[in-house]
Amino acid sequence: MTHLDGNVLAGPASGLLGFDATTALGQCDSCGDVLELGQARVYGAPMGYVARCRTCDSVLVVIVESVRQRTLSTRGLRWIREGAP
Amino acid sequence: MNRSSGGWLTGTLVNAVPLTDSARSLTFRVPGWPGNDAGQHVDIRLTAPDGYQAVRSYSIATAGEGEAIELAVERLPDGEVSPFLVDELEIGDAVELRGPLGRWFVWRPEQTGPVQLVAGGSGVVPLVAMARVHTRAEALSAMQLLYSLRGPDDALYREELSAEDSKTTWHYTRIAPPGWPRMPGRLTAQDLVREALPYEDGVLTYICGPTGFVEAVAAAMIEIGHAADSIRTERFGGI
Repeated sequence: MTHLDGNVLAGPASGLLGFDATTALGQCDSCGDVLELGQARVYGAPMGYVARCRTCDSVLVVIVESVRQRTLSTRGLRWIREGAP
Repeated sequence: MNRSSGGWLTGTLVNAVPLTDSARSLTFRVPGWPGNDAGQHVDIRLTAPDGYQAVRSYSIATAGEGEAIELAVERLPDGEVSPFLVDELEIGDAVELRGPLGRWFVWRPEQTGPVQLVAGGSGVVPLVAMARVHTRAEALSAMQLLYSLRGPDDALYREELSAEDSKTTWHYTRIAPPGWPRMPGRLTAQDLVREALPYEDGVLTYICGPTGFVEAVAAAMIEIGHAADSIRTERFGGI
């Protein structure tokens, strides 16, 4: 399956995070890599989006968007921080 | 636009121009659009009569103020959304739009360092927006585009990118024009050494194209000395 990158998370994450997802910094809970989410590998559509660490491939973020609701899991991130303006 | 709502706006198609046999430029008027930066994208949502929805991301070819945005969409053979946008959507038709989206794959005129743009196929669209803003701002920093495509007939915005003041280098992977100095083939590290700005200048590189293209070019850029953090990528693909 071919992957995209974290740029595609911007729409699905809008309103869930309160800031832009693609410039947000996060640390991988598994390997400690700190990355901008725009740099993550994202496996997408049609069910939702799975963002994986660019270094160790662990799952960082999952977003599932359906007609009625959106669900966000950030369990693979130690922390997430708003990016520089 | 209320950025925190993740809300959908309505865009009405006001202009459509074929760019190639398989791609078309679509300009939407979007009341409430707050303007956008070069490189940002928009999500388009289509809803079928039975309620089935499909959402796809498309790069914006324009940037700046105003409620009109231009997209350039290429028809993917097995696509669910792109054939509709390229072949079916008519002037006056409306779609749902969400955006402007993404702040990572963005170039702003305040950035003063040299910039190398590398496009694969229809990945040129957000890079066209950057080149347009660069030209309009009369920016003094260097910006040049290396555009890889199958053959001359596949070029989006050929005329605009061929203009005298446009710094575009063309690269052909399958069919080259007669007398073209390089045999058609994939973009290699040697091509990048010859055609791209050198890393010694502190260049920031933006690469956009299909996933395989982006991976190969990013790896080659690193191979010839560019730092990973000086490379921004946007992959596209899917159905």
